[in-house]
Order: sequence, then C-alpha cells, then structure tokens
Amino acid sequence: MDFGLSEDQQMLDETIRSFLADRVPIEEVRKLRGEDCPNDRTIWQSLAELGVTGILVPEAQGGSQLSMLDACLVAQALGHSVTPTPFIGSAVMVPVALRQLDHPEIAGWLAGIATGEIAFGVAATEAFSLREEAGISFEGERLNGKAMMAWDACGADLILFPIDGDRIAVIRGDASGLKKTKLVTTDTTRCTSELILDQVQPEAVLADASCAISQMLDAGRLALAADSLGAAEAMIEQAVAYAKERKQFERLIGSFQAVKHMCAEMISELEPARSLVWYGAHSFDTLPAETPLMACHALAHISEIGHEIASVSTQVHGGIGWTDEQNLHFWFKRIGVARGLLGGPGLLRERAAELQGLAKAS
Amino acid sequence: MDLEYGERYEDFRQEVRAFLEKNKPGEDSIEASGTRREWLADWLGLQIEHGYWARTIPKEYGGYGAQPDLLETVIMDEEFNRAAVNRGMSSQGPSMLVPTLLEHGTEEQKKRWIAPTMRSEIMWCQGYSEPGSGSDLASLQTSAREDGDDFLISGQKIWTSTADKSEMIFILVRTEPDAAKHAGISYILLPMDTPGIEVQPLRTMSGDLGDNSFNQVFFTDVRVPQANVVGKRGEGWRIANTTLKHERNSLNANSEGTILKLIRLMERETSNGVSAMANPVFRDRLMKLQARSMAMKFHAMRMLTCSLKDESPGVAGLITKLRNCQLNFDISSLAIDVMGELGALYDHTEYERDRGYWQSHSFFSLGLIIGGGTAQIQKNIISERGLGLPREPKPAKG
Repeated sequence: MDFGLSEDQQMLDETIRSFLADRVPIEEVRKLRGEDCPNDRTIWQSLAELGVTGILVPEAQGGSQLSMLDACLVAQALGHSVTPTPFIGSAVMVPVALRQLDHPEIAGWLAGIATGEIAFGVAATEAFSLREEAGISFEGERLNGKAMMAWDACGADLILFPIDGDRIAVIRGDASGLKKTKLVTTDTTRCTSELILDQVQPEAVLADASCAISQMLDAGRLALAADSLGAAEAMIEQAVAYAKERKQFERLIGSFQAVKHMCAEMISELEPARSLVWYGAHSFDTLPAETPLMACHALAHISEIGHEIASVSTQVHGGIGWTDEQNLHFWFKRIGVARGLLGGPGLLRERAAELQGLAKAS
Repeated sequence: MDLEYGERYEDFRQEVRAFLEKNKPGEDSIEASGTRREWLADWLGLQIEHGYWARTIPKEYGGYGAQPDLLETVIMDEEFNRAAVNRGMSSQGPSMLVPTLLEHGTEEQKKRWIAPTMRSEIMWCQGYSEPGSGSDLASLQTSAREDGDDFLISGQKIWTSTADKSEMIFILVRTEPDAAKHAGISYILLPMDTPGIEVQPLRTMSGDLGDNSFNQVFFTDVRVPQANVVGKRGEGWRIANTTLKHERNSLNANSEGTILKLIRLMERETSNGVSAMANPVFRDRLMKLQARSMAMKFHAMRMLTCSLKDESPGVAGLITKLRNCQLNFDISSLAIDVMGELGALYDHTEYERDRGYWQSHSFFSLGLIIGGGTAQIQKNIISERGLGLPREPKPAKG
C-alpha cells in the first residue's frame, strides 16, 4: 500500500514548480494578459525542453510516456502559478485521444507535441453541451458549422474536435474557411474562442473514436481539476502568508479566530480534494473502469471547494485582495472560469449519477 | 502509487475471513450465553486466542503478543466491517486506558488491569470533562487532597459515557492546587463502587439512555490510595494527552457504508409515486456527498501511507475529524429530507424507515462534531499547528 507520490514524481513536481516560479512569476502573467492569446510560445518551448509537452506522448514518438498522475502534477503546478499554456488540451487531451487512433499523420503530430513544435487547440464543448446552435458537420469531405469556447485555438498549429459521438476531426489552425473569434472571459490566462468553419478541408477525420472521445474528456476533467487544485492551493498560501504579516487592532490578523477558522476551513477542504484528484489520476492508468466516475466527481468537487476557497482567501486579504494590484484575482478567475469548463458541476454530478445507474442517461 | 496490500497481507485477509465465517456470532448467541457480559468475555477471549483482538498486547498482559503491524490492523477492521461483525468493544477501557497503561503504567498496573479490560471483565469510564471545563479541559477543578497514603477526591465530572455500567474509572484530578494549571493534574484509577461516588444519568437531545448513555458523576470525599496514580503526580495532563490522541484516532469513521445505505433509501423512498432518486435535487445533493465521502476515503489511504512510512502528513493529518464528523451529519440530513414529513418519525413509531437509524445518526454525529474536541478547537489546532498562524494573545489581567 503506497498512496502517494514516488520519488520521481516528487522530483518532477519540484522541477516544474521551481521552473515556473523562476520563469513565469506573476509579473510575467500580468504582461501576457494584454496579448490576443496569452499562451506564450517561448514558455511552451521551455516546457517542451523539460519534457512537459510530451508527458503523455509514447516513447516511440519521442515523449516521456508518463502516467496521468504525472500529468496532473504538472497541471497542478501550472494552476498554482496561473501560467497561460495549452497544456491541458495539447499535452493531455490530444495525446490521450490520438495515441489510441490510427492514421498516418498521428505519429508525426505526437512527435511535434513532444518537441513543442506543434501546439494543438481543442474544441470539445459540443461533445457534452450544445448551445447557440453550435455543432460541426462533416459532409462531402468538408467541415461546416460552429464550435463554442474552443481552447487555445488562436495560436494553434492544429485544432482537434469531436464532430459526433464517434469521430474526431483535425484541421490546420490556419485552414482556409476557418474563422476564429476570441471570446473574452474573466480569466485572462486562458485562450478561448469561437470557431466558424465554412467548407474547411480536414487534415484527418478519425473514425471509431468514441472511446478516444470519452477518455479525452476524462483526462481533461482530471487535469482541469488538478489545475484548479493548484490555483486554490496558491490562494490559501497567499491568504495564510498575508494573515501572518497584516496587523489590525495592534495584532496580526492571523491571531483572530475569525481569520484562523477561515484558513482552517479552506485547508481542511483542500487536502482531501488533493487525495481525490490523485486517486482519480491514478485510476486512469490502473483502474480504468473507475475513471469516468472519478473524473466527474473530482472536477465537480474541486469546482465547489475551489469556488469557496477563491472567495474566502480573497476575503482574508480584505480590501486589498479586491484590487488589481494584489494579483489575487488571477487565481480567483482561473478557478472561476474552470468551474464552467468541460461540463460544470451540475452536469458532471448528473453524469456521475448516470454512470452508477442512479439516473437515466439523457 | 500502489494500492495493493501485497500477497502476505492478502493471505492474512483470507485467514481473518475464514475465522469470521466459522466463528461469526449468530443472532441468538447472546441469549445462548446468558448475559451480554458473559457472551462478550467468551467472544473476546476467542478473538484474542486467534490474534484478532488485543493483537499487539504482550502475552504477559493477556494479549496475543504480535508485533505491531498497521496494515494487519487495517485489514482486520476492513474484514470485521465487511462481515458486519461487532468487535464487542463497549467501553473506553480497551481504546483509551490500555494504550495509556502500556505507555505510562507500572508493571503491577499493567499486570492487574490490561487482561481483564481487554476481555471486558472490567468496564471503564473516563472522567475528564467537568461542567466548567470543556474545551479548556486543563482548567479542571475536581480536587484530590492528601490524607495519609490516600487522596480524598471531591468534585464533579460530566459526559461520562457508561459510568452507570462501569466497574472502574480513569480520572483527571487536581492534586497540586498551587502548581500551574497544566502541572497540577494527576491521572488516577479507582473503582466506581467506592463510597462517596454518585452517578446521575444525563439525558441527551436524542433522549437516549441506552448503550450510548452519558452521565454526571459526583465525588464527595472519595478515598483512593495514592498508589493508584498512573505515571507521576502532576503529570496527568501529559498522560491524558496520550489518551486523547487515541480518542481522535478512533473518531475517524468511514462514511462509505452510510452513503450506500442512503442510496438504498433513496431508491426505495417514493413520493407521488416518484422515487427520491428520480428527484434531480435530491440526486444532486447525493452526488455532492458521495464526492466528499470518496475524498475522505482516499485521504485516509494517503494518511495510512504516511503512517506506514513514518512520515509526518503535516496539516493534512489534522483535518480528518473536522471533515468526517460534518460529512456524517450532512449525510443524515439528506436522508431525513428525502423521507419528507416521515423523516421526523422517531422512537420506533410505525412507518419509521431503517429502524430509526437516520434521526439517531443525525443526533449522534452532531454530538461527535462537538465531542472529542469541538470543531472550533479543531480549527484552532489546524490553523496554529498546521498552518503556523499565531496563537490568540491572552487578555490582559485586571
């Protein structure tokens, strides 16, 4: 029985965190928020050199072929430092989908992900929620339609999306007939856009992909849960540090039970959530029958406690926490926007009930 | 990550399973042995003989004498729970007094008390809390004044579980009135039939005076030999903290089984012909609780791993009692809600579901949020010891 991180995983965690602390301090995130797309390609390239982009790419394509738990540790570190990257889409969801499908281009794409030369965008929203008459159809060898809230499409070399329950399409990021419109959200550390496809010629349409689509969503949900977990962890650290230095009524505010108990509540919710994410990630490689349920529960649960931690840790800071200058809002918004992605807690919990036969599948 | 226990432990699990299959007490076994106490002594004796009770207690003190092995303990708990077999433990003797005696008792105290306690021939109650000393336990005022070789104890204890049924009490009293608050306390053992002890039942909000009963215990010049002190005079606070540590460990109830029971209730319970499970509001609440329950289950695995590796879990090790007790209360709240008006039924009334389990569970888990260190005290511990936040300054005197 060993429920914990291996020495290699602890080392990976430390390496990534110290790289990010050094290379992407919050001042850097502030600079990137003015860009059309906050994903900085030089940061991505450095992460590729650390083996991060190819973390789930098979060794045969030059990746490090590590586990989902390793990938989630990276996602957690990226959330902790609110780094804008296409990691969850390009390094987690896309390799999970592509490595189990068959097409002559796939080996080259996976190799490009590992070297950092190829960054993927992902448009997965329509796989679980159709809004605003979105949806992509594939007829006469051409793709037409609309995708909402596509991730990291602005600077993407290639974009991957499910086109129905059983097929995945890959198009070029600069394909003729593709119109990309940035959809501004509160979170300036993520790239989200609307894609309109008018007679776009795909690079590939991959059939028999239903399993790849659901595993891709599971993997994305686990990594997104880890991202929010890391962001929530960072918010608690900042709140506790502030409570140890800020004085009011001639006392450190951290000596007031009102403030102490806020901090205790936050950490007591975070630690079991960390255990839940670790277990869910571990199940992906070793107990796959449990993964869909774990992925739904992990993301829904983190969304709930993350929402609370984001609010309470801001409150511990008082008025200054509400300012732009204090930077806390980067984490608040990262957690807040993640809450709606890949399903949102209500839909995820309904899916969790369906998976156990407790609700009728809709 | 490796969630397997390994072959040696799986063999051990099979042994426990085989033992339980062969020896699991039947429903009428208590009547067949005469009284419950006689039945219990036989059942515990059989468990000790096979090493499933008092496993790591040395043979000379009436135990099985195995080396401590945490995974074996976990497996025994899992298998006894799985087979729904009651271990039989019914007092705070085995869980709290025995570990304390093993650590701090004299040879004579160990020889005299441990074996009959483990066999439930002697039941113990714990005399810690007082009406004026709850969270601030060290302020306790029950006094023990010297009288020759004896102490004369006077004062009052409260929340004393099973005091009405116990032969013995382990008690904290103030033996050094002039010493500082924490340095004046001693840990003493004494028989409950000593003249001057009066037990009054304390009815709780559940109305329950059954097995989970609480009492108030009054002491008037109760004579006890000074030799009954465990450890040294004035060291009672430190010694009691060993016991409290054991209490917190025993309050880490797993909620997985309760969630399953709630799922069965929600599938069965109908209103206007629609099951509670088909109601999306109830179902959503259930899924929220299930995620919390799973998080606590995996968290326990993570904490177990820290113990096995002898690593400190840091703040993650301090949060279990706070979160589990609240979770258990929230689970019973949903169960009561899904029963609608019938959720209020109590006291074995007709139409009561699950034999009144949910109302009892609700009262009981509210009690656990408070008992064994209130949620507020837990949060102080988490924030001060776990997060390093400063202690609250003491108010200026005068």
